[in-house]
Amino acid sequence: MISADISTVLPEILLAVYAMIALVAGVYTGKDKVAPTILFLTAAVMVVLAAMIGLSGGGTTSAFNGAFIDDGFARFAKVTILLAAAAVLVMSKDYMLRRDLLRFEYPVLVALASVGMMMMVSAGDLMSLYMGLELQSLSLYVVASLRRDSAKSTEAGLKYFVLGALSSGMLLYGASLTYGFAGTTVFSGIISSVGEDGMSMGLLFGLIFLITGFAFKVSAVPFHMWTPDVYEGSPTPVTAFFATAPKMAAMGLFARVMFDAFGTSTAEWGQVIALLSLLSMFLGAVAAIGQTNIKRLMAYSSIAHMGYALMGLASGTEQGVEAMLLYMAIYVTMSVGTFAFILSMEKDGQPVTDIASLNMLSKSHLPKALALLVLMFSLAGVPPMVGFFGKLAVLQAAVEAGYGWLALAGVVASVIGAFYYLRIVYYMFFGDEDKAGIDGTMSPVLWVFLMGSAAIMVVGMVNLFGVDGLAAAAAQTLVN
Amino acid sequence: MTVADLAFYFFAIVAVVAALLVVVARNPVHSVLWLILTFLSAAGMFVLMGAEFVAMLLVIVYVGAVAVLFLFVVMMLDVDFAELRAGMAKYVPIAGLIGVVILMQLTMVFGSWHMADGAEAARAAVTPDAAEVHNTKALGQLIYDQYIYLFQAAGLILLVAMIGAIVLTLRHRTYVKRQDVLAQMYRDPASALELKDIKPGQGL
Amino acid sequence: MVSIILFAPLMGALIAGFTWRLIGEKGAMWVTTGLLFLSALLSWIVFLSFNGETQHIHLLDWIESGSLSTEWSIRLDRLTAIMLIVVTSVSSLVHLYSFGYMDHDPQWGEGETYKPRFFAYLSFFTFAMLMLVTSDNLIQMFFGWEGVGVASYLLIGFYWKKPSAGAAAMKAFIVNRVGDFGFALGIFGLFFLTDSVDFNTIFAAGPTLAETNLTFLWRDWNAANLLAFLLFVGAMGKSAQLFLHTWLPDAMEGPTPVSALIHAATMVTAGVFLVCRMSPLMEYAPEAMAFVTFLGATTAFFAATVGLVQNDIKRVIAYSTCSQLGYMFVAAGVGVYSAAMFHLLTHAFFKAMLFLGAGSVIHAMHHEQDMRNYGGLRKKIPYTFWAMMIGTLAITGVGIPLTHIGFAGFLSKDAIIESAYAGTAGGYAFWMLVIAALFTSFYSWRLMFLTFYGTPRGDKHTHDHAHESPKVMLVPLGVLAFGAIFSGMVFYGPFFGDHDRVNAFFGIEAHHAEADAGHADEHAAEADAHHTDGAAGHDAAMADEGHAAVVAEHHGTAPSGAIFMAPDNHVMDDAHHAPTWVKVSPFVAMVLGLITAFWFYIVNPNLPKRLAEEQRPLYEFLLNKWYFDEIYDFLFVRPAKWLGNFLWKRGDGNVIDGSINGIAMGIIPFFTRVVGRAQSGYLFHYAFAMVIGIAVLITWMSISGGAE
Repeated sequence: MISADISTVLPEILLAVYAMIALVAGVYTGKDKVAPTILFLTAAVMVVLAAMIGLSGGGTTSAFNGAFIDDGFARFAKVTILLAAAAVLVMSKDYMLRRDLLRFEYPVLVALASVGMMMMVSAGDLMSLYMGLELQSLSLYVVASLRRDSAKSTEAGLKYFVLGALSSGMLLYGASLTYGFAGTTVFSGIISSVGEDGMSMGLLFGLIFLITGFAFKVSAVPFHMWTPDVYEGSPTPVTAFFATAPKMAAMGLFARVMFDAFGTSTAEWGQVIALLSLLSMFLGAVAAIGQTNIKRLMAYSSIAHMGYALMGLASGTEQGVEAMLLYMAIYVTMSVGTFAFILSMEKDGQPVTDIASLNMLSKSHLPKALALLVLMFSLAGVPPMVGFFGKLAVLQAAVEAGYGWLALAGVVASVIGAFYYLRIVYYMFFGDEDKAGIDGTMSPVLWVFLMGSAAIMVVGMVNLFGVDGLAAAAAQTLVN
Repeated sequence: MTVADLAFYFFAIVAVVAALLVVVARNPVHSVLWLILTFLSAAGMFVLMGAEFVAMLLVIVYVGAVAVLFLFVVMMLDVDFAELRAGMAKYVPIAGLIGVVILMQLTMVFGSWHMADGAEAARAAVTPDAAEVHNTKALGQLIYDQYIYLFQAAGLILLVAMIGAIVLTLRHRTYVKRQDVLAQMYRDPASALELKDIKPGQGL
Repeated sequence: MVSIILFAPLMGALIAGFTWRLIGEKGAMWVTTGLLFLSALLSWIVFLSFNGETQHIHLLDWIESGSLSTEWSIRLDRLTAIMLIVVTSVSSLVHLYSFGYMDHDPQWGEGETYKPRFFAYLSFFTFAMLMLVTSDNLIQMFFGWEGVGVASYLLIGFYWKKPSAGAAAMKAFIVNRVGDFGFALGIFGLFFLTDSVDFNTIFAAGPTLAETNLTFLWRDWNAANLLAFLLFVGAMGKSAQLFLHTWLPDAMEGPTPVSALIHAATMVTAGVFLVCRMSPLMEYAPEAMAFVTFLGATTAFFAATVGLVQNDIKRVIAYSTCSQLGYMFVAAGVGVYSAAMFHLLTHAFFKAMLFLGAGSVIHAMHHEQDMRNYGGLRKKIPYTFWAMMIGTLAITGVGIPLTHIGFAGFLSKDAIIESAYAGTAGGYAFWMLVIAALFTSFYSWRLMFLTFYGTPRGDKHTHDHAHESPKVMLVPLGVLAFGAIFSGMVFYGPFFGDHDRVNAFFGIEAHHAEADAGHADEHAAEADAHHTDGAAGHDAAMADEGHAAVVAEHHGTAPSGAIFMAPDNHVMDDAHHAPTWVKVSPFVAMVLGLITAFWFYIVNPNLPKRLAEEQRPLYEFLLNKWYFDEIYDFLFVRPAKWLGNFLWKRGDGNVIDGSINGIAMGIIPFFTRVVGRAQSGYLFHYAFAMVIGIAVLITWMSISGGAE
């Protein structure tokens, strides 16, 4: 039994073991001098694991008495998480090296966070869920305040930590209510305990507290408040990391719990998530308008995007989960490209994050400006960019599931949201001629990620690279 | 009412009151002391439930180590908690309102609480019968066998906490002189000393 | 072969329009003209070798949506064949003519290239017109219908530097929209009832439609009548019939070859073509047909009266066109579709020639169009004079009464007047047409006398430099003159001869002919009674019994001929048996008109002026075209402008822009500020927001009790 279990969780074990070896190796060799090596090695290991997971056979297996589930849904999420984490790691090297931030613990912490995320999306038990969540969160708290001589970075880490602790408390409270009702923490046990006569009030409260905890992790309104401050304060590569892999993981976990543990009560959690989705879409769109810092702007952007992804989840259907997965995959890709650009923003050797510094970028760096234009259009959901298809999928799912009003609100919110994406485009192409914009050159790695992401947004409109099919298969294993 | 019941209510009331005092105490050192009392009451309740091992762990780890550490930190940091709490008064009414609302909801829930049909059985199914298996052994079976995955994950979390603490606090101060034992040991006269044969009265 | 006819003009248009920079101006002109002549040649081959049997040539599938299935295919029958030769012949001649006419157009300065554009438009128009006439279903026809509308718009507004040309183009387009709306409604209605837009299906459904009721505008209507009427509204717009005619005179702002091609010979006859094409439906819609007759006769009369006093040479011909179209509709309205098509054919020749002749005059007079400034041009431009003379003889209907010898207009117009007499029992339509014939004669001769006789008036310099047009302009005139003289005599038999020949020509099915032949016996027996009654209605009542069986056979299958005449439709035969005075009446009217015109403009040139002063109100009434434009301006244009202005300023400006701007610049920034303030940076605010969030959620859930 134990060997079968271990082979099921092999990717997680490998990554964890690798992280520990890397840690020890780092400590006993050149410390921060070997950090770039460890960083690339970590990224490589992640890519290899992603390939391993992606190419492993289908089927659903569970391990450790149901605490761990390996199915198509988990594999889809894990591949996305690992690839995103690897991409962000590779992108961060230059930036961190130049700011003297590249500690060898950074890749190790990212790897351990990734282990946590993988555990999250594979969780089959409230306890393993919590373990994964905390492993991920704790790593993120640390990397958020990695620039410890900066007050903002430290503040970001602390805020994230305290609020995260609060949300964990809520989550645990919900988990204990659920356990109190069901007498078990295994999802399959919980779902079977919900009898014919629907949910009891206690379980409903447990569900809401659980949702609250997840909503904090996906930064859905009103549990989003940490996001802008943490995004702004953290070192930019860490922000890039926050915007990608953990979002996918939290969304995967959210869907996992909703369907595996409460799959018979879609109506109950559907309306709660629909409300969160509505608030997130509007707040993300409205609040971003006032931002001048591109990192804060991306924070609100990610809040709005989570709103759309939640719309897919709120549908409570297989189509909805498929749309959500597709949306997340597209969102992660767009974010990687956008942050590749943000990482390259500097002026006189100093990193800048002011939107106004993009003034007339099209004059000095036309290809970059064009790529960013594509990404902004895609983020705004302008057809025919791939971002549009993601939005279309969730809207369709919502309409199919009877959430027509939510879809309508989503359209309105996306119109409002288009404003700030287009404002960036405006600065780049029609800005003030006199003010000097950013001047730094872009490292080849970032350039490749920016251009690649933009190219995917354009070329992908042909067939979305088949990701929709994979998402559909993944959704099918979760909702059955 | 048996003795066990009486003991339970005693520990329960003490725990709740002490926990309240942790929050409201003006002096942080007193707060920590109240916290220790809370831990002790909880340990007492574990004993009542037959979980002696956990009770002892609580006393040793929390009271003996964690709380004492807290005490050190509180005393060393010298934070003026009264000042921190000063702005709170402003928010008391609305916070109280929200608190009352949540409390009412929870009262409602617990007032009409009922469990799923199989809940009791499911709960009991996990643990070995306390009458047959020794407390510590049962814990060992659960933690190292059934929940090995969670146990290892918890280990990872602690590892991350450790790494985090080091990353965020450890500084290599280059301007501070350090003792380098190896350097001292490898140092030999040949490299450190140069013998010059100086004729008397000549100078260098 | 038909496909080549159809697509050669399109190729020409595309080549001339898009590649003239490569092949040069001359190249573009030659390519379009050459392709058009190819089309014309093939059309004649098709026409002459056509055996009367309807052919369907499938080109491609077009729209497949639900039960709507539209093919792109060619329906080749006699009607199509006639239209093919009319369109391609006139078009190719106009192309050729334009070589001369459009040379050195004063509207354009040095170095401005306009000729390839003009030729491309002309060819494009020809393609659209061919699309219209070859269509096999209503949607395809509508496509051609709108295509010619667009081409007409582009060509009327060809002199876009002149504001009046732009306005005229818009007017033509907008007035046609009114008609097209009716046409589209008719198509919708037919699709609604027959579930098809295919001609065959619709034709087969004619008898059924006649027994169906349709609710439209809160009233029940007979389906056949309503649909026929709606289709006719479309025809009214395109063919400039009364109430929707106002665009046609203004369309004369376009270059004269355009007027000849589009606004005389081809496009404006599309309405007549539509009515003839839909004859299997029209035959079952007696009320609608009565309306067609009435409106056609009124238009013929109205336009002729207005034509009497116009001074612009092109406007006279334009009103003449309007009037002649009225004739065609009368013929179609009384059920003699062949006569309508006959007049369409002959009219195309002589009217195109009149226009081209007028163009030649205008060309000679350096783009002077006012006839009051002409006079005595006979000697200066003799070829043009003779061409115009032939045209005038044709339109006024000169011929030898009671025989079939005469100019084209003589035969076709007389056929219509006789049909009108037979079809309306010598009623309103007949008298209107006879009076219109009188007026036609008057204004046509007036035009001739003012232009070519008398003393030169107007700018002396212009008269001194008046010159004959180049050969390329005269050759088309000659060809058309040939048509104007002989087309009537040649085609009288097939179009309006005895019944069997007409049936054979139009491929009308045999049993129908037999039935009619059988009927002819009865008919002969009752000939006397018939003549004394002079009523077709009586005949129809009698025929209903005799042909019930035949009618029954018609259910479910489309009539095979190009046109369909109901078994009880004997107007054509009756027309042949019209009294002699009826047959002579148009000739008398023509002579009267000629004499009056001669008196007014040759013998006593001051008379018209005196008459105009004495009869001031009447003169003004006619000169201002019965005040139609003014009434429309008051009734439609100004309210529409007011409404548009209101919607623009208040609706769009204040309400839509106002609310959008209010939301975008007021409300959303307000929320942005609110959210920005909430994002205070204080940890306990954030935590507080979370707690409030969860409080709200659990309160909501406990109140709603979940979804239970």
